[in-house]
Parts: sequence; structure tokens; C-alpha cells
Amino acid sequence: MTEMKRRTFLRATAGTVALGTLSMPSLVLGAPRRVVVVGGGVGGCTAAKYLRKLDPSIAVTLIESQPAYTSCFMSNEVLSGDRTLESLTFGYDGLRRRGVKVIQGTATGIDPEKRQVHMAAGNSVGYDACVVSPGVGFKWEAIEGYDEQVADETVPHAWYAGPQTQLLRSQIESMPEGGHVIIVAPPNPFKCPPGPYERASQIAMYCKHHRPRAKITILDAKDAFSKQGLYIEGWRKLYGYGTEDSMIQWISAAEGGAVEELDPSTLTLVGLVEDFQGDVVNIIPPQKAGAIAFAADLVDGDWCPVDKRTFESSRHKDIYVLGDASSASAMPKSAYAANSQAKVTAAAIVARFRGQEPGDPTFVNTCYSIVGEDFGISVAAVYGFDSHTNTITPIPGSGGISPTNASAEIRKREVSYAHSWFKNVINDMME
Amino acid sequence: MKSNEIMRKGIRNLLAALVMMLPVTVCAEPSGQAMAFTCAGCHGTDGSSVGPSMPAIAGMDPEVFVDAMKAYRKDQRNSTIMNRIAKAYSDEQFTEMAWFFASQRLQLFPQDYDPLLAARGMELHDEYCEKCHENGGRPGDAGTLAGQWMPYLHYTMDDFINGKRKWPRKMKRKVDAAIEEAGGDAIPALVNYYGSQQ
Repeated sequence: MTEMKRRTFLRATAGTVALGTLSMPSLVLGAPRRVVVVGGGVGGCTAAKYLRKLDPSIAVTLIESQPAYTSCFMSNEVLSGDRTLESLTFGYDGLRRRGVKVIQGTATGIDPEKRQVHMAAGNSVGYDACVVSPGVGFKWEAIEGYDEQVADETVPHAWYAGPQTQLLRSQIESMPEGGHVIIVAPPNPFKCPPGPYERASQIAMYCKHHRPRAKITILDAKDAFSKQGLYIEGWRKLYGYGTEDSMIQWISAAEGGAVEELDPSTLTLVGLVEDFQGDVVNIIPPQKAGAIAFAADLVDGDWCPVDKRTFESSRHKDIYVLGDASSASAMPKSAYAANSQAKVTAAAIVARFRGQEPGDPTFVNTCYSIVGEDFGISVAAVYGFDSHTNTITPIPGSGGISPTNASAEIRKREVSYAHSWFKNVINDMME
Repeated sequence: MKSNEIMRKGIRNLLAALVMMLPVTVCAEPSGQAMAFTCAGCHGTDGSSVGPSMPAIAGMDPEVFVDAMKAYRKDQRNSTIMNRIAKAYSDEQFTEMAWFFASQRLQLFPQDYDPLLAARGMELHDEYCEKCHENGGRPGDAGTLAGQWMPYLHYTMDDFINGKRKWPRKMKRKVDAAIEEAGGDAIPALVNYYGSQQ
């Protein structure tokens, strides 16, 4: 095809492209439609922003207990000293500028009949559609001797970024030369599947320069983990993995990595086979949906079942559950997944307000991990939706992890893209 | 302003107007907008990346977009992640996404650049690049250069020069001539010039 013909072809096809739901606003006559979003993380913020973007006549209220959002993604860089906690903290003014009403408070329950969100302060907020994006909660009962107080004071989970991230950083900085850091990795499914291994890598990156004889042990409840081959390639290259002097050691469940009990006074972990004692211990507990999901009767077991076309709850009409708390088939519990799901939900809510059927959804996940200096890796997936089985499945032949044994230049670029990914996700959810 | 640019702007405005008027159709598969929204986590809301290295794709010529995606899908263009993503889409889906991004206004963000290099880069651009990358490299028939994120431009030029990306017609000769004139400063000067357009 010649250049001109090709161009004519492209332009001729343009008129047939359905560019989505940017048609009439839902407000024609009467009161504006109200959407209440519970949870100011990636899913909640993205949904609030895109609802306003797709239909500015919708009154969107975001309920969040914290005055600002601190991202968990990239927070492992605080542990290596490459980043401050402040650089991960963002206020909600960007959403306010888009006309989102932000209420700082805690939602304690949802009445699906009266369509009201109940607040800890005693009042209620009415909705036409409710989006719940509470993130994960922890199964404190899973490891004996470990509870919220121990996590706040001595053995941080740091699986929400904040004071515990800072605590873990200062514990690593003040451990003796030759110190031993233990990371307890949780069973599937959990938030940020590559996270515990990036954490070990970032701590090793710090120790390589400041505590060269330190050891980092990952005690795992699993026998395999996300991006495993790439992590091990990086660990071999950077931290002597596989040799006697390896800075990082990974102990799978089969090798006795599963932990049953913590003695916080001696920082000793009781495993099935043997005990482990560390100078710094980080336990990432087994996970379930966040508290409001249980209070609002949105769970089946640990997570929230949803219609994968819209992420509407399978249990209660007009309530949509996004992000880590939802059961999203093949999609991991990641920031990008929540961001992608939120746009599907926003478009579905707007369509329904207009009396239309939501379109077929499409989802993407991309996730970067920084294994060390100039060593970035990624995983990507594009997902389709199968209405017959209500499942989200990767498009065959697409996606996957970074190639093994890629050039140093590619690994270095992926670090740069990881930081760019971070900035764009934050911007896309909050500005 | 050249006539083809006026035409392009006209088409873009017409398209934007059509978008506002279109009734929602019952889709047999995801809409162009739905697919384009999934790109924003890396390429910025509606394709205006906030950087520092993922390229902006808002306002991109639809043909350039489709050609780039097809090259990624066939592993013919060096990439870190785009080749894995592009394999999920059909030609028709590329076209739908292309039109979505073509109808978005490119929002530029300030980046640090060296003013001396940028001034040198402007001279080199006018001499060797402007003929294809018109208006200082603003969105057009060739990829967007003006205001594009500088690390991305560096990666792209490294790939061309190291034989990891196929040169478009005439480009190698022009780049060779610019390097002949300005030596090792040529590429940094050009990149700083494009980065200076904010």
C-alpha cells in the first residue's frame, strides 16, 4: 500500500471508531447522580478521577481515613536509602481540583438497601453507586506472637508504607556489621507478589555498601515466587547468590521456610523444621480483604467476588469492589491492576447511569522491580474478559516477564522506566 | 503553518466533535477509549506522560502509532516491555487506539536541559531534521520530538546508532551529517533542543 493510500485508509476508518462513553452527561433533569468511593488508594482515587473525567455531572465523594496517600509501591527504595518516605506521599488536592469531595473519615458499614455508607463519626453518606477499594487487611491470628502492637513497635510488616517503613529502615541502619535480616514472605494471594523479593534486594543493595558481611534470609510460605528466575539472575550477579558468601538466602516452604510463631523478645521465628533468629525481623503477614469489605458483607471467604465485566459485587447490587480486595481471576493484587480495574468500573457506572449496557472490559498490568543498581525487571500482561465463565484471562501470546540474560543496557533502562511508571501511575490516579 | 498541518488539525477537531456526539454503541469488544485508558499508568492520562522516561503519545499521528505498534508486535523495534504488550492487539485495535491518542492534546511538562546545547541543537535540527520533523519536531507525520522526554530520545538515538532499530528512509544520512558537523555533541544537542520545547 502506498503512503497516501494508507493514510486515506486510516482516516476513512476513523469515523467508525466508537470512542466510548463520552456522550450525553447523565444529568439531564433532576438531582446529580452520587457515587461514594470508600478508600483513597490506587483503585479508589483512579475511580474518582475517571468518573469525573467521563461525566462531570456526577457528584463524587471520596472517603479516606488518612489525610494523604503514601504509596507502598517504590517504598522498598526507602529501605535502601534511595528514596524518602515524603517522596511517596501525596495529598488529595488534585482530586479536589477535579471536583471530587474528599471526606477524611472512616467508613464502618454499608447499607445496600438504603444505599448509605455509615461513618465512624455517626453520620451516613447516601449513594447511587458505591465503589469500595479498601486494600488488604492482615490475618493477625496466622503467626502466634505477632500482632498489631508488635508490628508497630518491634517487628514491622511495612506492607503499608508509613511509620513502619521508617522503623524498618532505621533498624537496618543500626544493626551490627554481620547483622542478620529476616523477611517472612506470605502465602498467595497477597498484595504485590514480587514485593518481598524486591525488598530483600533493596536491603542487600544498602548492605553491599554499608554492611558488606550482612545476611538477608527470606523465609517463604511458598515454593515459588513472582519473577523468580529474574530475581535469581540479579542476585547472582549483584549479591553472590548461589555461593557460600551469598548475601541473600531464600528458604522455600518445602525447605522449612514456613513460620508458625514469633518470640518478639528474642526476635526468634519458629519454623516447622528449625528456628531462625535475626537482628532485624520483617514479617509480611497472610492477607485478606480490608476491614470494610467484611463489615459490609462483601466477602466470600477472604476476598470479594465480583462480576468481572464491571467489578460490581456479586453479593450486593450497586456496590463495586476494586483492587487488592477483589477476586480478579488472573490479575495480581498490584497498583497497575487496581488502576486498570478502576477505569473499567468508572465507565460501567457512567454507562449504567445513562441506561446503557457497560462495554466489554480490557485490563493491563505492568509491574517493575528494582533488583539493584542499574538492574530493573518487569512483568506485563494484557487481559481479556470471558463473559461465559466470568473470568479475566491473559491474551494468549502476549505479556510475560523481561527476557532472561538481557543486556546491561536493557536492565538499566528498566530502572529508569520503573521510576517513570511510578510517576505516571501516581499522576493518573491523583492529578 | 503548512497545509497538511491545517488539514490534520481540522480532522482532529472534527474527530473531537464527533466523539462528543457519538451515541454509545453496544460493543462486541473493548472500545478504543477503554484500551487507551489502560496505557495511562505508564504513558500518562490520555497519553501525556509526566516522565521522566516513558514517552508521551498524546497527539501522535495515527499512522506513526500503528507502525510503531506493529513493529513492536513483530519484535522489529527494540524495546523493554512494549513488544510484550503489543502482541495482545489486532491491527484494528491498534487503529482504534491510534485515533484515540491522535485526538488528545499533548500536554508538555518542563524538564531540565542545557541551554547552550539546546541552542546548538536548534541549528542542527533546522539543518538536518526539520524537513521531516516539521515545526521543531512537534506532533506530525514523524514521531513527536518537541517536548518529548529526553531519556527516551537518548534511548531511541542509541538504538538507531547501535543498529538496534531500522533507520527510516534518509534519516541515517542526515544523522551522519549532523555528527560529522558537531561530533559527539550532535545527539546531546538535538536531545536538549527537543527537551527545551516546553
